[in-house]
Amino acid sequence: MATARTYDPEALRAHRRRRDNSRRLRHFILHLILIGLLCVMLYPVIWMVFSSLRPEAEIFGDMGFIPTHWTLENYVRGWTLFGNKTFGLFFINSLVICIFAILGNLIACSMAAYAFARLNFKLKWFWFAIMLGTIMLPIHVQLIPQYIFFLQIGWVNTILPLVVPKFLAHDAFFIFLMVQFMRSLPPELEQAAVVDGASYWQRYWRIILPLTTPALVTTAVFTFINTYNDFFGQLIYLTDIDRMTVPVALRTFLDPSGGQSSFGGLFAMVLVSIGPVLGFFLASQRLLTKGIATTGFK
Amino acid sequence: MTTLASDDAPTPRPAAVERTIPTDRRGSALKRAENRAAYLFLTPWLIGTIGITALPMLASLYLSFTDYRVLSPPTWIGFDNFIKLFTGDRRFIKAIWVTLTYVGWSVPLVLTFSLIIAVALNRGLKGLAIYRSLFYVPSLIGASVGIGLLWKEVFGERGVINDILALFGIAGRGWINNPTFALPSIIALNVWTFGASMVIFLAALRQIPESYYEAASIDGANGWQRFRRITLPLITPVVFFNAVLQLIGSFQSFTQAFVVSGGRGGPVDSTLLYSLYLYQQAFQQLNMGYASAMAWILLIAIGVATAILFWSSRFWVFYGDR
Repeated sequence: MATARTYDPEALRAHRRRRDNSRRLRHFILHLILIGLLCVMLYPVIWMVFSSLRPEAEIFGDMGFIPTHWTLENYVRGWTLFGNKTFGLFFINSLVICIFAILGNLIACSMAAYAFARLNFKLKWFWFAIMLGTIMLPIHVQLIPQYIFFLQIGWVNTILPLVVPKFLAHDAFFIFLMVQFMRSLPPELEQAAVVDGASYWQRYWRIILPLTTPALVTTAVFTFINTYNDFFGQLIYLTDIDRMTVPVALRTFLDPSGGQSSFGGLFAMVLVSIGPVLGFFLASQRLLTKGIATTGFK
Repeated sequence: MTTLASDDAPTPRPAAVERTIPTDRRGSALKRAENRAAYLFLTPWLIGTIGITALPMLASLYLSFTDYRVLSPPTWIGFDNFIKLFTGDRRFIKAIWVTLTYVGWSVPLVLTFSLIIAVALNRGLKGLAIYRSLFYVPSLIGASVGIGLLWKEVFGERGVINDILALFGIAGRGWINNPTFALPSIIALNVWTFGASMVIFLAALRQIPESYYEAASIDGANGWQRFRRITLPLITPVVFFNAVLQLIGSFQSFTQAFVVSGGRGGPVDSTLLYSLYLYQQAFQQLNMGYASAMAWILLIAIGVATAILFWSSRFWVFYGDR
């Protein structure tokens, strides 16, 4: 790949000048293409935003793209569509699961990662290989016995089947992510603490964990997005209306082909439902890109 | 690399291992302490791996050879589930074809799109961070039920797609209710979320030294040649990485087919993805033994597909000068 030739600096400079002029034009065209593509891609979402803000009767009419009558009635209707329950209940249910899932992943995955990245122990590479293997494992081969087990101990229709596995580091991908990060920290960091007589727990808790913050943020954000968007697990385990989360409620009550719902209410609540994910992403974006940059990938 | 070949008995609890090593007693005591600490840190993960991964997998393997309908205990029927799946279940065969079509279109399309956009963005454009975020937005929300419901309307009879087609004088149709176009609509939704692999491509593209391109363009290489001869070879390990991720993910797709088809996989089973059919067997018909057999077939299928990809990588993935 790398040829060891040297180039005449004059020729190089002339070449750069020529390139800069044509580059400006090409960049302009490229910007146009990319913006056009983005408009096409995001058009359905933008259409949904406008549809949610116009009266129900105008959604599928020839009323133009921008609403003529602005209204929030769809949001009110969608929010209170569930008899004596409101959408707020499903939000709280989702958020409770997300909070525990994030806590579980942060604690359990970082502990396992610390052992894999910074300690020597017997059978280390055997367990590490197992851990990598479980990342690729489809959930289907564990799902049915898990469900039967959780059913028998009375955990169905509680959040426990969705939350307890996180405290047992079931999302091995995040272990891997943190191992990659912790390995890059210099060994001298801990040696000073060893001289001071710090225990392994103190080395993990006081020294390594604070320095792992970018990977922890990445883990927290992706755990939130995955858990909040997760449908399969919540569909299976949460059937009681009081336990339902946002995705399950959306599907159960707001699918217009299945129920008495309205399109306006549907679009309004879909937007409300994707709000937290977008907000969480935007708020953490700076830390997140730092995490992506230092761990090599998402 | 040494620990796996260590001479001690493979007991997971190092505290139980009592061995007297004549030399360097203090060193081995430290080693034992480190060993014990490591296993304490690993305890939650070990419990999880054994309790909610390994044991359920074994149980699932056992159930796949039984007739089990939850209400009565499982009865051993040997290979009957597997025989019935491949010889007597037309929906199963249909689900395999639907899934292979879905994977076969999704993975190449996602890889192509994400690579093209990443290369375009990597040319020193202004506003790279904004573009990257906006292209990533569909990946954030694409797996959600909300977007599935939106998609159903967008590709519905009165949806946006038909409004756009009407501008060009083309009469639209209900894409989602049409057996020919329902699956392509879901594939389109998967391709819509190419942003995740684009971010990974972008990170890799930035590692390629600018000097390679400068040297090549002085030698008179045009844009296509620079891409073909420099970018593409250097990026193949990441293409491979993204291909593995997309392959494993697409095989297990569930939510969007479920939402768009109202849980039925219709019309005429045209969106009956493998996971969806497995869900129907397990949780609607409570045919747990049958569904367990399906789960193991899926595991083997994903394993084989991934193995083929790994094997093929020696012919097209470039790992530096060797």
